[in-house]
Amino acid sequence: MSEAALAAAPPRARRRLGEALGGWLLSLPAALSFLLLLLLPTLAAVAMAFTDFELGLWPPAWIGLENFREMWEDRGFRQSFRNTVVYVGLVAPASVLLGLGLALLIEAGARGRALFRAVFFLPVVSLTVAMAAAWQYLLHPTIGPLNAALRNFGVAAPPAWLSSSDWVLLSLSAIGVWEQAGFNMVLFMAGLTAIPRELREAASVDGVHSAFERFRLVTWPLLGPTTLFVVTITLIRSVRVFDTVAVLTRGGPNKASEVLLYTMYTEGFTFLRLGYSAAITLVFLVIVLALMLVQTRLLDRRVHYG
Amino acid sequence: MADRWRLPLLALLGLLMLAPYIWMVSASLKATDELFRASLTLLPETGTAWMENYGRVWREVPVAQYLLNGVIVCGGILVFQLLFAVPAGYALAKLRFPGREWVFGAVMLGLLVPPHVPALPLYVAFSELGWLNSYAALIIPSTISVFAIFLFRQFFKSLPEELIHAARLDGMGEGAIVWRVALPNAWPAATAFAIFSVVAHWNDLFWPLIVLTGTDYATPALGVLHFRTEEAGDDFAALMAACTIMTAPLVLAFLFAQRRFVEGIATTGLKG
Repeated sequence: MSEAALAAAPPRARRRLGEALGGWLLSLPAALSFLLLLLLPTLAAVAMAFTDFELGLWPPAWIGLENFREMWEDRGFRQSFRNTVVYVGLVAPASVLLGLGLALLIEAGARGRALFRAVFFLPVVSLTVAMAAAWQYLLHPTIGPLNAALRNFGVAAPPAWLSSSDWVLLSLSAIGVWEQAGFNMVLFMAGLTAIPRELREAASVDGVHSAFERFRLVTWPLLGPTTLFVVTITLIRSVRVFDTVAVLTRGGPNKASEVLLYTMYTEGFTFLRLGYSAAITLVFLVIVLALMLVQTRLLDRRVHYG
Repeated sequence: MADRWRLPLLALLGLLMLAPYIWMVSASLKATDELFRASLTLLPETGTAWMENYGRVWREVPVAQYLLNGVIVCGGILVFQLLFAVPAGYALAKLRFPGREWVFGAVMLGLLVPPHVPALPLYVAFSELGWLNSYAALIIPSTISVFAIFLFRQFFKSLPEELIHAARLDGMGEGAIVWRVALPNAWPAATAFAIFSVVAHWNDLFWPLIVLTGTDYATPALGVLHFRTEEAGDDFAALMAACTIMTAPLVLAFLFAQRRFVEGIATTGLKG
């Protein structure tokens, strides 16, 4: 017996070493690119936020919290922050509710499922820049079909949707809902198929006859984890709004549609004030992290997968 | 719910959803002066106006170049993402090695950081190296996808140990096992990730806008933006024609492989 153990020991040790070596070698390319392209640049961005770094001015100086103080006093930034909050506050609830509604409506029957799923999902796979241009035409104050229709209905002076500071944020939000609803619908549909049919049938047998009551008592509670997930992801995607603003309004008119990432972009890449831009990036990162933290906390506390 | 209510409601909402597409295509077929009259008819008055619009786009916009750039960039990104993430995902799922917890911790940490955060320092680095305005500038920053590592790790974890043992007994090294045993068994995860990655980078505007100044390497997104701001002016008919052409490839791909697209985005939805 001892002889056999002796004979087996060295190969096992060798195999363990081989396995470790394999693990390292296979992780190496990913680890290196992670270090160079993600970890170091992220740390550098955090460090840059506390400097007066500008492209072409070397060396930068540490200025502590100066960037953040400037941000606090910068009316442009405060406007941008407020606009982002309003945009997220409009787009997230609307696109989550619309996504849920569409998912329930499609799942409620057998006919036309694939067709309508494709129709509502289309914006997710469409070139955002091109569709933004299409929206620009649709919402054009003089030649746009929407205003042409409104004039036909007797509205004498329909708004200039994208160039009036009263309407621009609302118009961008509507486009945002259009972009995201189909994505949320697909996530909700995945959540709905995971709920066993028998549960709803059982509720029906137990005397819950109205479809709404069955939804409230059975579907909605079981959809909890999905909903939390969809809400968080929609919030984060909405905070990241950039494309439509960059294409349609460039933050205008008069900063009425300035949003966080667009301000970060112009400060950093147009005015080349990288330190200040990094400070805005940091604010953006903190918001995203806070949203993820809230999601994890809520998941731990009360929503349980069956 | 009875289809009597359900189908008309869905059809109405669907038409609203499709409105931008319908009007985009309609405008691309009309003559400019007809557009300026802002009539609400969808079909063009003259049957030949579309030739002028699409002709102008074809003459003035290097459509093929933009599409080719898009393919090169998305393809390059995807190849490197898989090249880096598949082995790492396998190592994390199936191999014991000191430091594995650290690697996995790094992956989880990386999942928290949106790609906009490392953008500034990466821009500075690329600018110092003189690498702006190149395919490399477009591809390199996206070659690492911690999300892909995470996805493949989850998928490989459910691969039966016997499969890998058998491969080892056949004399295969770990590298060969990754590409010849593990990956072929992870095809659903790979397709889902490929679709997610291509859709994300094909549509991305943020990074190309930062690292490109001319149009030589412009992806479709940047190409449309350039045509809109620099050349189209008030010619909405030509602009809509350009948008139709540039939107078509991915939309057609989606219509052909609808199921895969929806499942791909739903399983990878996590990334946002």
